[in-house]
Amino acid sequence: MIMEVLIASSTEEICELLEQDSSRQLLAGGTDFMVEVNYRHRSPSSVITIDQVPELQNWHHDGDSVVVGSCVTYREIERGPLATLVPALAQAARTVGSPQIRNAGTIGGNIGTASPAGDMIPVLSALGAVISLRSSEGKREVSLEDLIVGVKQTSLRRGEFIESVRVPVLDSPQEFLKVGSRSAMVISVTSLAFITYPKTRSVGIGLGAVNPIPTRAKEAEVFIADFLDWETMQVDPSGIDHFKDLVSAASSPIDDHRSVAAYRRKSIGILAQRALTRVFTEGVL
Amino acid sequence: MTTIESYKTKSGVGVSAQRPDAVPKATGKFSFSSDLSSHNMLWGQTLRSPLPSARIKSIDFSEALAISGVHAILTANDVPGKNLFGLEHPDQPVLADDLIRYAGEPIALVAAEHPEIAANAINAIHVTFEELTPLTDAESAITADPIHPEGNVIRHLKIDHGDPSVTGDLVIEGTYEVGMQDQAFMGTESGMAVPSPDGSVDLYISTQWLHSDQNQIIEALDLPEDMVRLTLAGVGGAFGGREDVSMHVHLCMLALHTGRPVKMIYDRNESFLGHVHRHPAKIWYRHHATEDGQIVKVEGKIILDGGAYASTTSAALANACCFSTGPYRVPNAQIEGWGVRTNNPPCGAMRGFGNVQTCFAIEAQMDKVAKALGIDPVELRLINALEQGDTIITGQKITGAAPVKEVISSLADHPMPGPAENNLLARPGGTGRTTDQKHIKRGVGFAVSIKNLMFAEGFDDSSEALCQVEDGNVAIHTACVEVGQGFITLIHQIAEEVLGTSDITIIPADTSIGSAGSTSASRQTWMSGGAVLKACEAVVVKLIEQIFEDEGVKYENFNGTLVSEDGTKTIPVSEALKGRSFHEKIVHRHAPTFPLNNKGQGDAHVSFAFAAHRAVVDVDQELGLVRIIEIATSQDVGRILNPLQAVGQIEGGITQGLGLAVLEELVMKNGVIQNANFTDYLLPTALDTPPIEIAALIEEPEPGAPFGAKGIGEPPTISSTPAVVAAIRDATGIDLRRVPVRPEDIALE
Repeated sequence: MIMEVLIASSTEEICELLEQDSSRQLLAGGTDFMVEVNYRHRSPSSVITIDQVPELQNWHHDGDSVVVGSCVTYREIERGPLATLVPALAQAARTVGSPQIRNAGTIGGNIGTASPAGDMIPVLSALGAVISLRSSEGKREVSLEDLIVGVKQTSLRRGEFIESVRVPVLDSPQEFLKVGSRSAMVISVTSLAFITYPKTRSVGIGLGAVNPIPTRAKEAEVFIADFLDWETMQVDPSGIDHFKDLVSAASSPIDDHRSVAAYRRKSIGILAQRALTRVFTEGVL
Repeated sequence: MTTIESYKTKSGVGVSAQRPDAVPKATGKFSFSSDLSSHNMLWGQTLRSPLPSARIKSIDFSEALAISGVHAILTANDVPGKNLFGLEHPDQPVLADDLIRYAGEPIALVAAEHPEIAANAINAIHVTFEELTPLTDAESAITADPIHPEGNVIRHLKIDHGDPSVTGDLVIEGTYEVGMQDQAFMGTESGMAVPSPDGSVDLYISTQWLHSDQNQIIEALDLPEDMVRLTLAGVGGAFGGREDVSMHVHLCMLALHTGRPVKMIYDRNESFLGHVHRHPAKIWYRHHATEDGQIVKVEGKIILDGGAYASTTSAALANACCFSTGPYRVPNAQIEGWGVRTNNPPCGAMRGFGNVQTCFAIEAQMDKVAKALGIDPVELRLINALEQGDTIITGQKITGAAPVKEVISSLADHPMPGPAENNLLARPGGTGRTTDQKHIKRGVGFAVSIKNLMFAEGFDDSSEALCQVEDGNVAIHTACVEVGQGFITLIHQIAEEVLGTSDITIIPADTSIGSAGSTSASRQTWMSGGAVLKACEAVVVKLIEQIFEDEGVKYENFNGTLVSEDGTKTIPVSEALKGRSFHEKIVHRHAPTFPLNNKGQGDAHVSFAFAAHRAVVDVDQELGLVRIIEIATSQDVGRILNPLQAVGQIEGGITQGLGLAVLEELVMKNGVIQNANFTDYLLPTALDTPPIEIAALIEEPEPGAPFGAKGIGEPPTISSTPAVVAAIRDATGIDLRRVPVRPEDIALE
């Protein structure tokens, strides 16, 4: 079988190539894609490599937010200025695979693969990330929740690709915690992102690997707001148990070869509690 | 990391000689079996069953054969000789002809111009199956309908030792389970077969035992021995997983059929399907002890799941049963073991071979006895430790070195580690940032093991070596397989010890010399090391004779230097060899062993090695996450021939042991492996592997062993697992009865 490989050098070129044939598949870091090709789970006849497109490789600070090109690697997110601007994203990037994988894998790939265990997903969800999509028809912006519609399923239209991700720069505490059986290089059993929004005096909680689609623990977010003191950064301990339960209740995990649902449900609540009490010290308000 | 200083200034045995393949391997210049290539070479691939139990109704490969570039598609009908192979006895089809007995069983072979074409052809072969219900529970297999003409019970072994009516003041019962570990060697299976016009074939292959492979291949190919020649290709680790035949017969069939060299490389997924695994086990024990802590009787039942075919289940079961009471003096024992067939993947040899499973259970029992009696666990082990002259439960007297007490005491005296570094990465959960200092509980666990060295139960165990001198140039030839353990370094060191020169040529291991036996059972230093030693010594004897004939002066050899009888003349052996030629080939055997009788009694084993491990762990009990802080060890080594390599074996073995304790398991569902990849078969990473402290290497030379050296490769893997689990129990108070310990086993307790 012959596989055509087209090397795109600009976003316009990607648009054109996809317009000619929307069945062409995009290759960025290849850390998921190539495994599937090598195991013949995927046999594309035409591939467009997008990892050498400058617009997709860059990120920029734009007022209150950063715009991260879809081909920015975990390695770049993990350290350097991005790690200071969006610490939870950096913490999550550090947990992805090995250094070799992090040098190749990209944030756009993590979103496009749409795995429930994708490590960027809970952070982007909790940050309310806006995803810029591009095609020959033009641009549109969607939320992560609107983009990822099922296990490994996206609402990307024909000829459309992920151009960039916009996340807020908050300059306030953020936490990402992930459970795996191994100390590194492990697929998430559960993970959780905890983002503070001092301006609105609210928190964002993104859940990883416990639902088919990106999920915020909305009830828990609303509930705990009443127990937080943003001046002293304290949390009233009387709210913690119910908060934990609400987070667990927002999960609908499965049994699989990596863990069991009961453990996932329990651990996601524990991660929430730990993130909360790392940011807010316990004290009666 | 432990630093090793050479404790001898001279070269030869005892120094940390660097292995000749160290730099090539580190720099990527070493040729592994996957690097083999030949002009005009074809690529082979294997079609395997997705089902664990099925009947093949039909195989249609017409579409596959029509693909351009496909040169052969072979099935069971094309096996020239017996369609059976097996390491201990032939019970496994080379290619499934009727029944499928495990998921991954080979059905058809393809040879094509390119691996992609071969893969396309594999996808174009249509097999119709009648799906059958798989038998996956080992315990039920004992009485279930047979899945194989030979029945489901591969071996049933009873050990009846001492007085069965004895009871203890304290009786402790426990049931334990061991999951399916994999060798997960670095280089997947690969090899190349090259046919000759006379109908013979040369196979270049990574393996552990060339001659056993050859014996099995010639039966399947129906060819005489000299028509199937094997040469060792570069091996990327083995750990027992290369002891069985995998692609060997397949490659030869394809090469002989097409008349062209054929190469195969398994991908990682196929590798997990293509070799045997460590036997999962279910173990029940009842220990009887006196109030002062003496174990007076052990009752045990052990079931090993052998999977679909026998492989080495019989020998693994013997190990599990013979050493089921640990390195302890147990006057009375009733042990019953079963090695059974199921529709799970075949299980066979892996580092520690049968001892790993029972050691995990026995050491848990010892801790329970200690706790119930209020005796310190280390003290309880000292009270019961075997000594030289003691009898094990097979009635065999230990005549060699048995420094069990020394191993235990030296480890117990070793200082404990301090607190872990105060950062998230150093705590349970690692990069996942899950655990704060306040969530951590520390635990300490101690375990001791016994391992038999070399083959047992009357097996005629031998190794052949040739020391060849041509005009003073020395070459050594054995069929001993270097799998990474460092035997090639030892050849240089042993030759230097005797001949005074390490400037020798090592002739590649192949079947043109007699068998060296398997690189397994911690046996090659003793067996092939002994053979090389004797062959070199035989050359020196001949050399001294020749000099005497030439000069009329009698010389004696002192570590590579010849000294005349009157002491006036000295000449290095390497000098004396110049201009001379010798060809000394010898076969080395260890002392004979004997079968076990119907009560499981007999002198079935050659020699024993002992080790102790102490694990310190930090546990996040709420999340069930474990961080191993340190593993310390003392080991009975007889004598160290290469300190650097000894430490390498110990560090690697312990890492594999901790893998079984907390990470490594092939997860099965209805007979199908769920995680046949490195994404989900979790080996320890550098972050999971703690500092390994060597408290003591006890050097008490073993009688009968070359240089007094005991094999050191297996003991590190055996008691490290129970030590880690004991430490987790100590931290959490949870009675963990299964390995690997998963986060949910702790957190949901």
